[in-house]
Amino acid sequence: MHIPDGFLDAKTWVTTGVLSAGTLAYALRRTRQTLQDRQVPAMGVMAAFIFAAQMVNFPIVGGTSGHLIGAVLAAVTLGPWSASIIMAVILILQSLLFQDGGLTALGANILNMGVIAVFAGYGVYRLLERYRAVGVFVASWVSVMLAAAACAVELAVAETIPLAVVLPAMLFWHAFIGVGEGLITAAVVEILSRTGVALSRDTTKA
Amino acid sequence: MDKKILAVLLVALAVAVALSPFASSNPDGLERVAEDKGFLEQGEGKEVITAPIPDYLLPGVENERLATAAAGFVGTLVTFGVMYGVGRLVAGRKAGARQTSP
Repeated sequence: MHIPDGFLDAKTWVTTGVLSAGTLAYALRRTRQTLQDRQVPAMGVMAAFIFAAQMVNFPIVGGTSGHLIGAVLAAVTLGPWSASIIMAVILILQSLLFQDGGLTALGANILNMGVIAVFAGYGVYRLLERYRAVGVFVASWVSVMLAAAACAVELAVAETIPLAVVLPAMLFWHAFIGVGEGLITAAVVEILSRTGVALSRDTTKA
Repeated sequence: MDKKILAVLLVALAVAVALSPFASSNPDGLERVAEDKGFLEQGEGKEVITAPIPDYLLPGVENERLATAAAGFVGTLVTFGVMYGVGRLVAGRKAGARQTSP
């Protein structure tokens, strides 16, 4: 759900830009206190994996597709603060190098997929952690739905489309896309834990 | 680098090169809503910058699947490199702070 240039007006992209920049500045401060040099490669490969996985659109119903966001995957494996930085790096590169997500919409895209999806998804995961894969699945689904809802609100605030029209439509399609997000995230988290690939999330917990 | 960490990077490259060329080309959720609700054209031609690898197709590669795979390969490595660099900067600053305070 990368918002392109032209969908948001100035007040919306400035507001979301300020919110995202503030959150990222705080996330950088948090991780600076805890991040060890040896954990840096793990952040690098997680960013690389999420970037690659985001390229693989999977078909859902009705001639529509979706792709992994990866917010909960990053948050569960590396903690939410690191995850928000990882998501921001991915979204910035996608916008600058691949024209995926507008430069003016970067703040909104980071807010939706790098802040809201990360922290809401991580919160749900912590509540349901004891249910393991099921908890990861539900957290991932919720992260997609909330990111989609935030995107709808931004489009409505920008007066691109009324909320009553865009919110149900966004939630409808993303309810299916979220199932894909949940299945992929639960599978990858399970594989990482069974193969003992320690990505040391404990050090950057919220 | 830890072998298991390296394995994750290789898996990421494999996903980018082998799976992305076969990704669904159907509109994603937001594009679909923009199409259905008639605001898709608001984004047309509004790009603020011209990206070097637009739409994940490496310029100069004729075959679309190869162009996607190449873009995926480049993008995955660049993402790893940038995240690694940013991570080192963030982790490094803390080490610097430690040296100044006993």
